[in-house]
Parts: sequence; structure tokens; C-alpha cells
Amino acid sequence: MMPNDLQAPPGVPARTLPVTDMDSVAFWTGGARGELLIFRCADCAYYVHPPVRFCPQCESRDVAPQPVSGRGRIASFTVNHKQWVPGLPVPYVLALVALEEQDDVRIATNIVNVAPDAVRMGMKVRVVFEQQEEIAIPFFEPEDAA
Amino acid sequence: MTLYAEKNTAITGIGQSEVSRGSSKTALELTVDAALEAIADAGLTRADIDGLATWPGSDDNLSGISPVGSPALQDALRLKLNWYAGGREAPGQYGAVFNAVGAIAAGLCRNVLIFRTVYEATARKRAYANSLIKDGERQNGPFIWYAPYYVYSAATQQALYFNLYVHKSGIKPEQIAQIAINQRRNASLNPRAIYRTPIDFEDYINSPIIATPLRLYDCDVPCDGATAIAVSRMDVAKSLRNPPVRIEAMGTSMQYRNSWTQLDALDTQAQPKVAEMMWSRTDLKPNDVDVAQLYDGFSFHTINWLENFGFCERYGAKDFIEGGGRIALEGELPVNTGGGALSGGRLHAYGAVHEACIQLWGRGDARQVKGDPQVAVTSTAGGPLAGALLLVRE
Repeated sequence: MMPNDLQAPPGVPARTLPVTDMDSVAFWTGGARGELLIFRCADCAYYVHPPVRFCPQCESRDVAPQPVSGRGRIASFTVNHKQWVPGLPVPYVLALVALEEQDDVRIATNIVNVAPDAVRMGMKVRVVFEQQEEIAIPFFEPEDAA
Repeated sequence: MTLYAEKNTAITGIGQSEVSRGSSKTALELTVDAALEAIADAGLTRADIDGLATWPGSDDNLSGISPVGSPALQDALRLKLNWYAGGREAPGQYGAVFNAVGAIAAGLCRNVLIFRTVYEATARKRAYANSLIKDGERQNGPFIWYAPYYVYSAATQQALYFNLYVHKSGIKPEQIAQIAINQRRNASLNPRAIYRTPIDFEDYINSPIIATPLRLYDCDVPCDGATAIAVSRMDVAKSLRNPPVRIEAMGTSMQYRNSWTQLDALDTQAQPKVAEMMWSRTDLKPNDVDVAQLYDGFSFHTINWLENFGFCERYGAKDFIEGGGRIALEGELPVNTGGGALSGGRLHAYGAVHEACIQLWGRGDARQVKGDPQVAVTSTAGGPLAGALLLVRE
């Protein structure tokens, strides 16, 4: 899914953006083309995340970003109720999503396009992106979201 | 059994500054208060201190998380040291203790002063709160993967672990609440604790939800305060005024992935391997423990530790703490006897070492555990990091 180029509504705190380097930039910018890019070993097919050009399974150095399906399941989540800063829209869901391709690749994210109290452990989700400056922030929504 | 270096190391004195929600003293003065108290308590003088250790060391910002480092304290007290260390990369908050054991074993020092100072109450009155995000700045470091997702506080981040624990264990709010209720009761008997008015389940369940499953009373209390601990080589310790509190065993294991998103066991965090390592270095068993000062940055850490130390089975903590009797001062395993960080203030695991020694030396007054406790366990926690100490009064 291509990114929405949405600015935060007035009064809502801006998303904090990450510093990127030549390896992590794939993860944080691939969404501009609708791709969730995760490093993968060319020799043994293991996904390596966070990105580093070394495969801890087979010790190959031939590791590079590759698009994944963008589908996964919620490994855990919390519904945050506390308004930490003025204007913060609460409640919201922070989650760790385990990728369909490999369960030990977990992406921190917010679960969007669903009521927070409808989110469940194990729920199947898919990636959606939101562009902010050069970063395409990966969010996840339920697979059955409209 | 192998003679592990920690067994030749003992706590010989303790000190604690005033602990408050806003101090009239600087962080350095609080540190000096705690340091002088610990040195005097051990029966030492400044001239005897030849090593200094802290965690994480001065963070050189106004966050209040760690405003005082070794150089500032060394110079304030004009200590003549053979060695010192601070630095955040360690197996949790007890990194300073583990380093001190190593320095003594290496022959670098005889008496190491360990300290930890926090100034988070004052920091919160300024613009800069204890936050994982700095406004207007891009994020770097270990929390980079959480950067855009409104993760302002450790509460929201660690709730990811706790909510999975609730899901897997089936623990109920009435059971979770026992940690906060028990500790507030203990705090009511501790003149140095911050919050001393007892609470009940109604208070707990009516407190605001921070991030599910955490309620306000599940979270520790940012405070201003300093703790200091004098640690000595055993032959020196035996010549001093207090019965040595030997470090019988320590757990520093880092067997899991070192990542706040990828750590292997989300619902138990780093604790199981740390406990396993600690018990492997001693003949003592969980039922030898007389008092437990278990990390309580959040109440769930304490709940996790009850299981991971083997006081109950995996996911059995809910039954263990049901009704609060077992973990009460008069129970089979008194837990966080001074009120812990939830009610006593977030002294960040060093308050727990202090309280362990209070109990082992019989100084608990109204909150003193009966039966002359001799063995204490204490621990730290947080994501991929954890550490543990088993302490035995000689």
C-alpha cells in the first residue's frame, strides 16, 4: 500500500523521526514505493533485523534489503491511555508485530484503522505507510480493515 | 564449589540521602550525604576508599536519571582512588556492583564505594521529563525502532511485555494489586518512604490506566535521592564494625538477544537466565531466602521475579500473591519490605540493596522482618537487561 502524505493535524505532536544510516535507511524509506524492506541473507534466506550485513545463522556477509509481504501478527500490544504531552491523541495502540515470513522479526508500530479495544493478541495485520519528511513510517492495520 | 569472586566480597556499610519529590539540595550534595553515611556506617574513613563505582555514570543532561558521576563525587570527597568505573553498558542497574566485585578480585581495591543518584523529581519540574523522546530531535540509540510511535515513557514500552504476561498467565487485577498494596503497607512503616498512606484494592482499581495493563500504582515514583554502598574485600570486611553481608552469588547473564524489540522471551524479559546463573553459583536454594527485594520499576517486574527466582512456578505468581499474605512482612517471603520504588521512590534498584542490608542487620524497626533474616535476594530488570544478587549476613 502506498503512503498517505498526511501531516499531523494542528495541535497533535509530530512523530519523532529516527536517525538513519546506510543500512537502516531501507527500512525507513522503502515505504515510499509501498515496500517494507527487511535485510535477508542471500545464502540461507534468514531475515536479519535490525539490519546488519552479517547473517548470524550462516555467517554470510551477503545480506541485503528485500521486500516482505508486509503481513504479520501482533506478538504483543498495549493500549496507551496516558496523555504524555499536550494534544497527544489517546488512547492509541503500541504493538510488536511478528512478520509472517519469520516470527523472530518484530516491528514496533502503532496499530491503526481499528478501535483500540478491538485489538487482540495474535491479530493478523498488514503494513500501511505514512510519509513524513523522507521517512515512510510503517504502521499496521488489521488485515480485514476496510 | 568453585570459589567465585563475589563470595570474597561483602557489603560493609550503607547510606541513603533524604528521598523526596523535590529536594532542597543539589544532586551532588545528596550523593555526598549518602556516601559519607555509608563510609561511616562501615567504620571506614574517606582515606580507606580506594575504588568508586556507579551506574550508569553522569548522563550530563538535565533528565535527572543520573546527574552525578564518579569524577564529581571523587573530587568532592577528594578520594585517592586506585580505580573507578561508571557507564551504562552493563547487565542492568547492578553493573556497578559487578564491576566492584571484579575490581576487588583483580587486586585493584580493598574498599569500593558504590553509588547511584537520581534527581528525576526535580527534573520533572523543568521542561525535561524522564522521556524516551526529546522534542524536536531525531532519535538514535537502542530505542530508535520505537521512534515514530509515541513511545514517550518506559511505561508504554514495557507494557508490551507485561500485557503479554497477563495474556499468558491469566493474572487478575485483584492479584496484580497485591504488589502495590503490600508495598504501601510496608512504606507506612518506613519513615524515609515517599508515599506512606495505605491503599486498598478500590484505590488501585480506581487509579488511572497508564498503558494496559499498567495503572498508576503499578509504576515507580520519580524522586530525588542517592544511595551508597561500601563494598570491601572479605578479610577487610571481617575487621569492620558490621557483620559482613557477603555477596553469595550474582547473576549477570546476557544469553538472550540484546534488543528492546527482538529479545527472545517477551513476557519474562531477561530474568530467567540471570536467575539460573545466580543459583548456579551457590548451594543455597529459593527456600533459603528470608527476604526478597525484587525490582519494581513496575509491579510486573516483581511478579516476574517471583517466578524467575523459583519462588513459584511459571505463571504461578498470581496464586502466590493472592491475598498478599505470603509476600507481607509476616509472610513466608516478605517482599520489598521498605515500600520499594513504588512507594519509597525510584532509587533504581539501589534502594533495594539498601533495604536488604537494613533487614539483614536488623535495623528495620517497625518494618523489621521477624526471625533474624540472614539471606536476602535482590534484583534489577528492564527488557534485555537484568541482574541479581544473593546476599548472606555472616
